Amino acid sequence: MVEPNLIMFEDDYTKVNQILTRLLEESSSKFVLLVDRSGQMISIQGETETIDSMAFATLSAGNYAATSELAKIIGEREFSVLFHQGESESIHISIVAKRIILVVVFDNRTTLGLVRLRVKKAIEDLTPVFNSIFEKVAVEEGEEAIDTKFQTSAEEEIDKLFRE
Amino acid sequence: MALINYSSREINCKIIYYGCGLGGKTTNLLYIHEKIPDNIKGKMVSLATETDRTLFFDFLPLELGSVHGFKTRFHLYTVPGQVHYDASRKLILKGVDGIVFVVDSQRERFDDNIESFENMKINLKKNGYDLKDIPYVIQYNKRDLPNVMSFEELDKAINVDNVPAFESIAIKGVGVFETLKAISKLVIAKLSKK
Ligand SMILES: Nc1nc2c(ncn2[C@@H]2O[C@H](COP(=O)(O)OP(=O)(O)O)[C@@H](O)[C@H]2O)c(=O)[nH]1
Ligand SMILES: [Mg+2]
Repeated sequence: MVEPNLIMFEDDYTKVNQILTRLLEESSSKFVLLVDRSGQMISIQGETETIDSMAFATLSAGNYAATSELAKIIGEREFSVLFHQGESESIHISIVAKRIILVVVFDNRTTLGLVRLRVKKAIEDLTPVFNSIFEKVAVEEGEEAIDTKFQTSAEEEIDKLFRE
Repeated sequence: MALINYSSREINCKIIYYGCGLGGKTTNLLYIHEKIPDNIKGKMVSLATETDRTLFFDFLPLELGSVHGFKTRFHLYTVPGQVHYDASRKLILKGVDGIVFVVDSQRERFDDNIESFENMKINLKKNGYDLKDIPYVIQYNKRDLPNVMSFEELDKAINVDNVPAFESIAIKGVGVFETLKAISKLVIAKLSKK
């Protein structure tokens, strides 16, 4: 058994983005990001023009994965929150519905206390949304699937682009 | 486990280059990164030791552009090959959609290849996956070296599932894109299948 694909539909995606935007505003953070534990970016909101969001997402997932293994080694199941403090920028990482990583990047326009508080609220709001996404995925996998027409076009693009 | 977003119209797939240490996994990614146009690739991330050995992973995102309205991306990862980095290898396999198993064709590395292949199956199991459910291809690398085993010999020993297999000289780029194309197409085919 391979894990089912993570499939997001319009409604859920809109809800997720609304929650992220609210978190961003209420915590006065720089940007917030949701990434799957395997490193796939789900959504990013905020001041992201100057950062490489794809690399940031991958490294966040790698960081979380490595830290979770550290936890296991010392007999913890998992660290529910990670916090990296820099001179001006800091990173707050937490987990939503077991599979999704929520990353908040903030600077001295706000405080860790406020970020923590708003993250807690956001997790409460995000959890049912993701749980319903996972349930849907389990039921509907492949229903509105990518079809053979998609496959043919993708193969053409692969031949066209993946070459020297 | 691909990410399919019907709202932002994105599809992201994860392809992992697996194999024993020094087999040429990172070299594959470096070559792809060097040759592929800027508008198709993102920044390559390498978590490496000071001596350029992969410590955690390499990461290179590639983007097909829009396919039937879906922005389709392949995220290429390598694992560290060294035996004692097993914990990292297991973590990177999470959410894998396709695998390139890179073989060091040199006769003296034969046992290392076999061991790495077994290790891959074990680590997939630990993640709850089974190799038979995951599209994969094999790449016999370092074909330029004098002490290599023949394609037939290697294929008989390693390619137990009769998957597509390619000969390569990754430092010169020979076979690198052939391999990438093959695995990308297999991953897409799997996605399209009901
Ligand atoms: N002769 C030869 N050397 C290669 C080839 N591919 C990779 N190498 C070299 O093998 C070494 C290990 O490669 P690397 O990509 O770091 O291996 P990895 O541990 O699998 O990531 C490097 O010195 C490469 O330059 C090849 O096709 N032929
Ligand atoms: Mg490497």
